Amino acid sequence: MSQATLRIVKISGHAGPAPGEGMQRQEKVAKLVDTTTCIGCKACEIACQEWNDLPFAITSFDNTYQTMPHTEWNFWNLIKFNEQPKADGGMMWLMRKDQCMHCAEPGCLAACPADSAIVQYANGIVDFQQDHCTGCGYCITGCPFDIPKFNPATKKVYKCTLCSDRVTQGLEPACIKACPTGCLHFGTKDDMKDLAEKRVTQLRDHYGFEKAGVYDPAGVGGTGVIYVLHDATNPEAYGGLPSNPSIPWAVKLWKTPLKILGNLAMLGGLIGVTLHYLRFGPKVVKATPHKREERP
Amino acid sequence: MSSQVLPYDPARDDSTERIMRYTLVERVIHWVAGLAYIYVLGTGLAFWSPYLFWIADLVGGGPTARFWHPWFGLLWFAAVLWMYVAWRPDMRTTPADRAWAKHIGDYIRNEDENLPPIGRFNIGQKQFFWVMFYGGIALVLSGVALWFVNDIPWGWRWLRYTAVLVHVVAALFTIGGFILHVYMGTAMVRGGFTSIIRGEVSGDWARMHHRLWYEQVRGKGSSKNEVA
Repeated sequence: MSQATLRIVKISGHAGPAPGEGMQRQEKVAKLVDTTTCIGCKACEIACQEWNDLPFAITSFDNTYQTMPHTEWNFWNLIKFNEQPKADGGMMWLMRKDQCMHCAEPGCLAACPADSAIVQYANGIVDFQQDHCTGCGYCITGCPFDIPKFNPATKKVYKCTLCSDRVTQGLEPACIKACPTGCLHFGTKDDMKDLAEKRVTQLRDHYGFEKAGVYDPAGVGGTGVIYVLHDATNPEAYGGLPSNPSIPWAVKLWKTPLKILGNLAMLGGLIGVTLHYLRFGPKVVKATPHKREERP
Repeated sequence: MSSQVLPYDPARDDSTERIMRYTLVERVIHWVAGLAYIYVLGTGLAFWSPYLFWIADLVGGGPTARFWHPWFGLLWFAAVLWMYVAWRPDMRTTPADRAWAKHIGDYIRNEDENLPPIGRFNIGQKQFFWVMFYGGIALVLSGVALWFVNDIPWGWRWLRYTAVLVHVVAALFTIGGFILHVYMGTAMVRGGFTSIIRGEVSGDWARMHHRLWYEQVRGKGSSKNEVA
């Protein structure tokens, strides 16, 4: 990991491709969250707040251990807490660390109209550049995970950076550093997938979680945060983790077919009126002589 | 000389008959709507395509354009609402319009002598008005959702998706109307642009384009009659 990992490969709202894209081979990084060993201590929440110097975010109590209903512009890392009934009549506590998933095909970046406000680095991290953000909020519409949040004071949108500042210095993200149970891991995407699969095998073979699996959704091209779930067939149970996330169809429709159709229509209109003028010219009024006698 | 066919030019118009077509208030409201629309069109196009984002830079940069776009949109729609109240009776399609519309080909080919007489506005102007009016309603409703997208709960996200599509489609319809309106009001129908600047048209202009309206105005007994 070095400064070179922050080479940009995708740019939002940019006229033309990202300069230098695909010029060098680059490892992707990933966070692995093993929900089966999370104890919900929330050390990662505090580490995130501290490292990123985020101001206090208002918490709320809803009869669970969850800090607040969803992530906020000043709260990027949230443990989602869910009670799940088991087949034997017992109950499971499902705790999932929710944050930006760093999608390989980011919906926020696809929706963003501002040049360079959202970038994807060669290491896979999707980062917001608030200097270039116009505050339009299209990224909020584009995200399939409900992650980007608007700050009304600065009129900019914020989210987890995957501690890109730490990663360039060869450090792991702050949340990983703080985890006391080893449920959080950080490394190359391939290593994390490997580790996740090993843990899934363990869960299936030794702990009776037959539906255990890895969450690395293909609908967004895979993610830079992957989960080990006790029941990979029901990710929704983990605080609404979408089972098959993708860039919303409305955003895809808007950014490709509608844009092409709209551009053709606007261009067609301009060409049409120009051709009309060249072919038929202006409408002229035949001036008549003074007709004072007609006036009442 | 006087029967010679020339593009309409008020300075050369030897007809002394002047008719008030748009009152001062109508002209002011029209230009509030027109200038506000040009602002939201330009900034909207900046957010539409990266290749047009430079338009946002012309008016102070992306965040400034994003800040003012909804406010100018509301200003534009307020002017459109004023027009709705003032012009609604004039904007209903009449049997004369339907007869005129059958000769739309003659109108396009500038063979206006074949056209039956019509009132103050032709059916194209009326349809442009309704495109802007209903387009404006769709733009304002979807625009409010886009403006406060962060306050739409996750369970209501279908509203975010609908708003994006409605805003784009409605905007494209108004842009189509706008292109035709600007072309016809400036280049194509000579005398139209002066009428929305100074309010007056010549008697010949009124007779050629809106004969029923001309006769109605003349019937009131004054060539300076302000038409309500």
